[in-house]
Amino acid sequence: MKAKQQRMMLAGLGLAAVAAAALLALSALKDQASFFYAPGDVQRQGLPLGRAVRLGGMVEDGSIKRQADGVSIHFVVGDGVARVPVSFRGIAPDLFRERSGVVAEGSFNPDGSFTATNLLAKHDEKYMPPQMAGKMHETTTLKE
Amino acid sequence: MIAEAGLAALWLAAALAAMQFVLAAIAVRRVLIDPEDGSALTTDLIGAVRPVAIVQGALAALAMALLIAVFLRSDMSVLLVAENSHSEKPWLYKFAGAWGNHEGSMLLWVTILGLAGGAVAIFERSLARATLTATLGAQALIALGFYAFLLFASNPFARIDPAPSDGQGLNPLLQDPGLAFHPPTLYIGYVGISVAFSFAVGALVARDVGPAFARAMRPWVLGAWIFLTLGITAGSYWAYYELGWGGWWFWDPVENASLMPWLAATALLHSVTVLATRDGLRAWTVMLAVVAFSMSMIGTFLVRSGILTSVHAFAVDPTRGSFILALLVLYIGGALALFATRVGTVRAGNTFDLVSREGALVANNLLLSVILGVVLIGTLYPILAAGFGVQLSVGPPFFNKAAGPVALLLVVVMAAGPLLRWRRDGLRALAARMGAPVAAFAIVLVAVLVFGGGISLLPLLGLALAAGLAVASVAPLWGRNLLRTPLFTWGMVVAHLGIAVSLAGMASESAFTKQTLVAARVGEPQQVGPYTVTLNGVSPVIGPNWSALEAHLSARRGDAPAILLRPQSRFFTNPVTVTSESAIATVWDGQLYTVLGQIDGAGRVQLRLWWKPFVTLIWLGGALVALGGALSLVGRLLRERRARRRVEAEAWV
Repeated sequence: MKAKQQRMMLAGLGLAAVAAAALLALSALKDQASFFYAPGDVQRQGLPLGRAVRLGGMVEDGSIKRQADGVSIHFVVGDGVARVPVSFRGIAPDLFRERSGVVAEGSFNPDGSFTATNLLAKHDEKYMPPQMAGKMHETTTLKE
Repeated sequence: MIAEAGLAALWLAAALAAMQFVLAAIAVRRVLIDPEDGSALTTDLIGAVRPVAIVQGALAALAMALLIAVFLRSDMSVLLVAENSHSEKPWLYKFAGAWGNHEGSMLLWVTILGLAGGAVAIFERSLARATLTATLGAQALIALGFYAFLLFASNPFARIDPAPSDGQGLNPLLQDPGLAFHPPTLYIGYVGISVAFSFAVGALVARDVGPAFARAMRPWVLGAWIFLTLGITAGSYWAYYELGWGGWWFWDPVENASLMPWLAATALLHSVTVLATRDGLRAWTVMLAVVAFSMSMIGTFLVRSGILTSVHAFAVDPTRGSFILALLVLYIGGALALFATRVGTVRAGNTFDLVSREGALVANNLLLSVILGVVLIGTLYPILAAGFGVQLSVGPPFFNKAAGPVALLLVVVMAAGPLLRWRRDGLRALAARMGAPVAAFAIVLVAVLVFGGGISLLPLLGLALAAGLAVASVAPLWGRNLLRTPLFTWGMVVAHLGIAVSLAGMASESAFTKQTLVAARVGEPQQVGPYTVTLNGVSPVIGPNWSALEAHLSARRGDAPAILLRPQSRFFTNPVTVTSESAIATVWDGQLYTVLGQIDGAGRVQLRLWWKPFVTLIWLGGALVALGGALSLVGRLLRERRARRRVEAEAWV
């Protein structure tokens, strides 16, 4: 009888552990998941302030301005619907250039600009992130 | 001809796997109906399964060898070679390039699976015949699914006509000696878990869940776990120096795909010990084996389906993803259904008190399961959300916040567990034994608070707990004759110590790293941590299939001679890619990590410099953990062998 009780207790503990993991994960997800935005989304939905997000779009032609310190850049990301000025301090990826795709990780500022902590450049056709492929496609259809 | 021979070997191996499954299924059925069945047919069926398994493994290995041969010969008429290789590549990358792509890596998977099945057939001697036969049958069924996947959806030997004059080359990020070791190591780990899974299925089918089955399964779990540990440790270091981002773990889905089976295997490793030595946690252990294999299948699915984009996702092909998903559902669903129908036949094992070694191991299992659940949810959530049209990513803040505290709690249990007695112990006795570890914890806590400056909570607790764990880990050796201490006890001590070492490295890296980002002129000194780094110049360099810009840095610290570092920015032509090669100097108390950025019009050179105190402890700890596993494995195998010898000797008398 004792063995059976212990077994039930263990099964109960196992379930409790799974439930605890789920609860813990979901509560953390609520404020830690980083959503993907295109400039057009921001225009439609408003600024997602105070949380880490990813901003994806095209680096506009002629928009990359290198700053005097040599390690900061300002550029503009657009998707044909809206434009967002982005500032970044760090070493930009080698494939980061104007008129090509970029995903910037960071957060929005109250004035609508974006401070990036990391840049992911479009690698080539083979390694294009699906998020980016999806967003670009979506915004081109919007433009038409 | 070589490619056709490889394809033929693959088909033959698949046919043998089918045969192995059918023979095993018939034999197990007959034995289950009549356990005393000694008829010639049953004996012949069981006798046939072993050699079939061995030949199947040999044929799979032959197919892999032939694929490596076409890569080494740069036979561009084979589509896979044309797409992933180049005749001017160094030979090591032609060799390792055989699995640096989707088809080849899947072939490597089934090769290791086949060889593992063959090894079970050759070496397993202690298991009941029905259980072993059912195990080999389950192994054949898993292999069959992957053979089908290779032959129908990912044929590595497909030809291309007309053959191109040369290949498209290998992704430059993969052109690193790490490619030769990292994938095979991880695959041996994944596949070793599949063997443990087959044992569990075999034991369920043959209604033989008990200590004998646990002892047969344990070396496989241990072996798989050692290779997973090595694979994760090496993969972490590879990402650290190759990506040039200065981090050693990114919570990338692909990293999680290897971490999740490791967490499950760690839990399994501990519960299988309870089953083997104390005959407790029977159903639990079987369930964990199913979970661990599910995690390695999910890992394979995540990495191979192209649902994720990373250097690991070689090609995006929905049919392949669906195929692996179907296999995953089939195997996991089947195993869970089998578990549900047979769990009633698993008798309850021995009982134990809450405060006991078993109790601590249950706590270990529960906490590992919670971490596993958190990582699983964090990894799959973005994919599920994408299904609903929401695009998001889950990054380090989530995992650190949700899994970090649980992991630290686990460290506390880990310190106490080995100091507890089996079956029944007292809290007061435990408290007395925990005196020294608690003192170490408190001393480090106070010391870091006083001297460490403004350190955040998790790294602070990490450092203090690492000290406590280190003392607690070696405590089981106190008062023992070290020469007569069993090898597997040494294994446990070394592995736990390894976790403490690794934890100390992680906490130190996260708390004390110094970073400098500058656009430097030649001759201008830069300060990072205790080092003064000076740029002496930049020069071009030519490699076998790349050209590069190389910065010459000299780093000084006090009166010691300057360290020279040469980070590069490499330009590859096949395919056109630029990669950054970091330069790292390792000293006794940490690493100086340097990355070369771009050069601007004014002649300034972007440099990113990190001083990472004691970061090397992370991987040193990982290596210690694997070493502990190896000691344990050798200790167990030696003891089994001695026990068998003794039985045989008695049988003679």
